[in-house]
Amino acid sequence: MKMTKRRQKARQTKKSRPDTWAIFGRLLLLVGLVMAGSTCHQMRSVERITVRGSDTEVNLVFRLAEAYMAEDSAVSVSIAGGGSGVGIAALLNGKTDVANSSRALTDKEIALARQRDIRLVAHVFAADALVVVVNPAVGVDSLTLEQLGRIYAGEIRDWAEVGGRPGRISLYGRQSNSGTFVYFRERVLGRDFSPALKQMNGTAQIVESVMRDPYGIGYVGLGYVAKADGSIRQGVRVVRLKADAKRRAVSPLEEAALRSGEYPLVRPLYQFTNGHPSGKLKAFFQFEASPAGQQLILQNGYLPPWPDMLAAYHALRPASSYVETLNYYTEKR
Amino acid sequence: MTSRRYFWNRFFEKSLAVSAFVSIATLLGIFLLLAIHSWRAFERIGLGEFFSLNAWNPAAYDTPSYGIGALLLGTALTTLGATAIAAPIGVGMAFFLSEIAPLWLRNLLKPIVELMAAVPSVVMGFVGIVLVGPFLARVFGLPNGLNALNGSILLAFMALPTVISISEDVVQAVPRAYKEASYALGANRWETLTRVTLPACYSGLLAAIMLGVGRAIGETMTVLMATGNATAIPQGFFSSVRTITATVAIEMGEVPTGTTHYYALFACALVLFLITLTINFAAERVAARLRKRGQ
Repeated sequence: MKMTKRRQKARQTKKSRPDTWAIFGRLLLLVGLVMAGSTCHQMRSVERITVRGSDTEVNLVFRLAEAYMAEDSAVSVSIAGGGSGVGIAALLNGKTDVANSSRALTDKEIALARQRDIRLVAHVFAADALVVVVNPAVGVDSLTLEQLGRIYAGEIRDWAEVGGRPGRISLYGRQSNSGTFVYFRERVLGRDFSPALKQMNGTAQIVESVMRDPYGIGYVGLGYVAKADGSIRQGVRVVRLKADAKRRAVSPLEEAALRSGEYPLVRPLYQFTNGHPSGKLKAFFQFEASPAGQQLILQNGYLPPWPDMLAAYHALRPASSYVETLNYYTEKR
Repeated sequence: MTSRRYFWNRFFEKSLAVSAFVSIATLLGIFLLLAIHSWRAFERIGLGEFFSLNAWNPAAYDTPSYGIGALLLGTALTTLGATAIAAPIGVGMAFFLSEIAPLWLRNLLKPIVELMAAVPSVVMGFVGIVLVGPFLARVFGLPNGLNALNGSILLAFMALPTVISISEDVVQAVPRAYKEASYALGANRWETLTRVTLPACYSGLLAAIMLGVGRAIGETMTVLMATGNATAIPQGFFSSVRTITATVAIEMGEVPTGTTHYYALFACALVLFLITLTINFAAERVAARLRKRGQ
């Protein structure tokens, strides 16, 4: 009896050993297959372009890349958001080919690029208008830029001070990694945001929060309020802005006012690269500047860039003139 | 045959030892990395400034400032709130499960409690935005529900599985003889529960709650989504707060390596690491003392 038991045990261990080898074998096969798959991929020589950065730009660039990849199957463009600061940091750390940014570079970033021997080149491929939205219950439909700045700096705390329904103002904005955060701070505030600013994860969350909060105010890209089919987002009120008290209040929904610069919050959208783009990347940028690309930009609620806007923006912030700006629009192809 | 068996035995023994060593080395490596990077931050910022109530504003318009006081308060507020909610519910649930509930109910509830631990934190954050936030706003008449209380409620829910399952083990570990002696003296079920079983497992319950707190303090995504992330010094549970975890998560991606801001984030991580380490260590000590007494 004892013997048989022991023998059985021995048989069991003998049996289990080939099992482990079988698993090893399968693992090896798997690894082999994966490697074969990846070399296959390389053989087809698909050029990969990685793009990171601005959440304002991510949807737009995704659409553009989709259209571009439909034309040229030898390119694979992968796009990630995270905010303009994230994109620029990734470019400076050598982790992306293109940094999407809805703001110009800061002096610090330019100094860091110099230090690391990275030649930053800017490509302005579209323009975006920043829209200020409030909850309809607030009862305010126009503000001057100065009032807006004082609201976001925390100096005006009650809606009654700007002619609205009395109640403490709830400020909504983006996190500091957002280009919109930086652009808004520079253009509207010229100082720090109030620490009471609620920093949301993304633009969609700002719109949601302002819709729910009866005292809420937020700022978002035009594309989030005006849809591609021309309809306007319901549930929030778009505030008309005055550059100063003497001007008329302008709505960002008037396209002519955006182009003329009468609406004060229009900004260029950048794509930064390390050195001049070449090959497929250059072709992608040229596609963005082509009539088909510009059509897509318009459809998504953004504007194709125009020369005056750039000039005006560079006058506002001379630091960005250190960086070479590409122009694919007037270039002959 | 025997030499082969010997070889495999040795092989597995050694590989297990290596795995154990790897995990310890990783932990030590993480600590060293945090400590070295934080040192640079403390050098540049100064300890006094770093732990002050000055604003946390590394990407400031003019002069950056690096005070984590408000962030620490944010973490403390959400965690305290979560503990205040999770401790009574968790302990009560543990007692109910092991002492009162009939077997069929227990068999139904235990898997549900375990499933609670499987809810991803993003989902909890989402729940906070669309459910808990609006609910709090309505009940307390606030303009919005993105505040510390919202975070506390969500964190409590996330800490509950830990608190319940460990508490339950503790309650079950109370020797039967205690209860039998109590019944023999004529005490009823309630008296036995509150005056015999509960005092017998105080320290174990404390350990359970502390481990739950450790879980809540390190939680990131949920609080990042649900608490509003305002960097102002919190005025109470109805203020929007920003926790240390959320700060690191938000800002780590944007920061260029080697800047003061970069090292300051490591210092934040170090503070958080030390807090959770202390709590877990203390809980471990309490539990160990309990085990010794049990023997």
